[in-house]
Amino acid sequence: MSPLLQVCDLTTHLFTVEGVVKAVEGLSFDLDADETLALVGESGCGKSMTALSLMGLVPDPPGRIVGGQVLLGDRDLLQLSEHEMQKIRGNEIAMVFQEPMTSLNPVFTVGDQIVESVLTHRQVSRRQARERAVELLDLVRIPDPRGRFDDYPHRLSGGMRQRVMIAMALACDPDVLIADEPTTALDVTIQAQVLDLLGELQGEFGMGVILITHDLGVVAGIADRVVVMYAGRKVEEAPVDDIFASPLHPYTQGLLGSMPRPGLEERLREIPGVIPSLIDMTPGCSFAPRCAKAMARCREEQPDHATIGDARVVACFAAEEEVAGRGLAVDT
Amino acid sequence: MANPVTEFWRRYRRNGAAVVGLAILCVVVAMALSAPVFFPTNPLRLVGPAELWPLTDARFPLGTDSLGRDIAAQLAHGAGTTLIIGLVASLVATTIGVGIGAAAGYYGGLVDDVLMRFTEIFQTIPNLIFLLALVAVLGPKIEHVVIGIGLISWTSVARLVRAEFMTLREREFVLASRAMGMSDLRIIVTQILPNAIPPVIVLASLIVAGAVLFESALAFLGLSDPNIASWGGLIGEGRLLIRTSWYVCALPGLAILLTVLALNLIGDGLNDVLNPMLKNR
Repeated sequence: MSPLLQVCDLTTHLFTVEGVVKAVEGLSFDLDADETLALVGESGCGKSMTALSLMGLVPDPPGRIVGGQVLLGDRDLLQLSEHEMQKIRGNEIAMVFQEPMTSLNPVFTVGDQIVESVLTHRQVSRRQARERAVELLDLVRIPDPRGRFDDYPHRLSGGMRQRVMIAMALACDPDVLIADEPTTALDVTIQAQVLDLLGELQGEFGMGVILITHDLGVVAGIADRVVVMYAGRKVEEAPVDDIFASPLHPYTQGLLGSMPRPGLEERLREIPGVIPSLIDMTPGCSFAPRCAKAMARCREEQPDHATIGDARVVACFAAEEEVAGRGLAVDT
Repeated sequence: MANPVTEFWRRYRRNGAAVVGLAILCVVVAMALSAPVFFPTNPLRLVGPAELWPLTDARFPLGTDSLGRDIAAQLAHGAGTTLIIGLVASLVATTIGVGIGAAAGYYGGLVDDVLMRFTEIFQTIPNLIFLLALVAVLGPKIEHVVIGIGLISWTSVARLVRAEFMTLREREFVLASRAMGMSDLRIIVTQILPNAIPPVIVLASLIVAGAVLFESALAFLGLSDPNIASWGGLIGEGRLLIRTSWYVCALPGLAILLTVLALNLIGDGLNDVLNPMLKNR
C-alpha cells in the first residue's frame, strides 16, 4: 500500500536581507494512515517551517518552497493553486497550533468557531453544523459540551482551549493532522491528557498524525516513528523503540542524553555549542562542529541518508562505520 | 456574563458627560421625529411678517427670518435633515475607509503602498475646498452633499483600520483560520473585522459630528440643497441680518453647537466602553 502522505526532497528557503536561510533542506519522509510520526529537533531546526510548507502557508515574503514534492494520494500539493489548496486545508490536512491562548478568535464563542470550521468545507445547515460542533466538543472530552458551546475563549483554561483547537481541526474529518508542539504551552498534567486524547482520536479517525515536538517524552508516549531533524535536514529516522534503544546519530544520542530520567544521579549531559546559522552553511555535516565523533571527512562532505536494516535511516559517517562494524547491512 | 446590552449600558453610564450627550441627541431625534406633527406644513413657506423677534408672537415662538418663515418649524425640520446627512455621510465614509484600510492592512506590500498613496492624495486636498468643488460641479442636491462629505471623511477610517489589521493579521488565530482553509475575503470579513470594529465605531460617531459641521458650512455658503430646511441654511439666510436680527443665526447655531457637542461626548463614551471591553476579553 502506498503511503498516505509522501514528502520528497522538500526544500524551503527564507530569502532575508542577511542572506538565504535554508530552513528546510531536502527533507523526505512518508506518513501512513493510522500512524503517528514525530518530527523532533531543537528550536530553529525547521520543524515548524516543515509544517507550514506541507500546509502551503509559508509566509511569503520572505519564505518560498524552492523544491521537492508533497504527495497526498496522487496529487502534488506544491503544484496546486491557492484556491485548490484552500479546499485541502482543514478538509484533508488539518493543523493544531502551539499556542491555544491566541489561536482562537477572542470575539466569538468557541462553539461558533467550530461551526465556522465545519461550514468552511461542508454544505450543511447552520443547525446541523451546530449539532456537529457539540458532538466534536464531546469527542474531545469537554464536559458539558452544550454549556461550553456559548463560552468565549477567555473563559476556558489552556487545556480546554487546546481541546477546542483539536475539535476544530477534526471538524471535517481530515486524513492528516499536523500538531505543531500542541502541548508545549500546557501544564505537565494537562499535557499528558491532551496527548492521550490525540492518541485516541488518531485511532478513532484513522488519521495520519505528524507530531512536531522538541520533547522526547512526548515522542515516547504516542509516536510510532520518529524523524530527527537538525539544521533543516533529516539526520535520523527510525521506529520509536529503536530510537530510544539504540540511537545511531550522535545528535539523537545527545538529545537522549540530555533528557532527565528518574534515578539518574549524575548531571545531565547537554549537547555543547548551538545550532549553526542556517545562512552560512559549511560544506560538511552541519552537526560536525558540535559532534564528539566528528572526523576530518565530516567537515568536508555532507553525509547522505544511509538505509540501515529495513526501517532506519541515518545521515552520519561515524554511525555508518559503527553499524558496518556490527555487521549490519548499510545501503547508501 | 450578563446580557451584553445591560453590560454595555452599565459601562456607558459611568461617563456622566456621555450620558448628557446621549440625552441631547435624544432631544434632537425627538425634534426631528415630531416635526411633521407640530409643523405639518412646509417649513420654507412664508407664513408671517419678516424678522419677527422670538417670544413676541405666540404663533411664532422663535420668531421669523428675513422672508417671514417660521424659525421654530425650520429648526424642527432641519434636525432630521442634519441627522440624516450626518449618519449617511458617516456610513459612506466608514464603508470606503474600512474597505481600503482592510485590504491595505491585510495584504501589505504593494497593495498597501498603492492604497495608502491613494489615501494620501485625498488627505492632501483641503477638505472644504474639495467639497465645495464637488458640490459646485455636481449641483447642490442633498445626495451630492452626502457623498461629498463621505469622500472627504474616509481617510482617517482607512488609516485606523489599516493599523488594526496590520497587528491583527499577525495573530495566530488568523494563521489558524488559513490552516482551516478559509479564503482571504472570508478571513478579512468574518475573522479580523469583528476584532477591529470597536475603534471604528468610535471614529464613525465623530465623523457624524464632522459631517454636521461640513453640511452647515456648505449651507452657510449657499451650496447645500436650497429646497430642504437645514440648520446651516438658516444661518446662511440670517448672515446678512447678523447686526440687527442676530437671533436668526444664533438659534440654529446653538442647535448645531449642542448636536456636535453631544456627538463628541457620545464618541468619548463609546471609546470608554469599547476599549476596556476589548482588553478584558
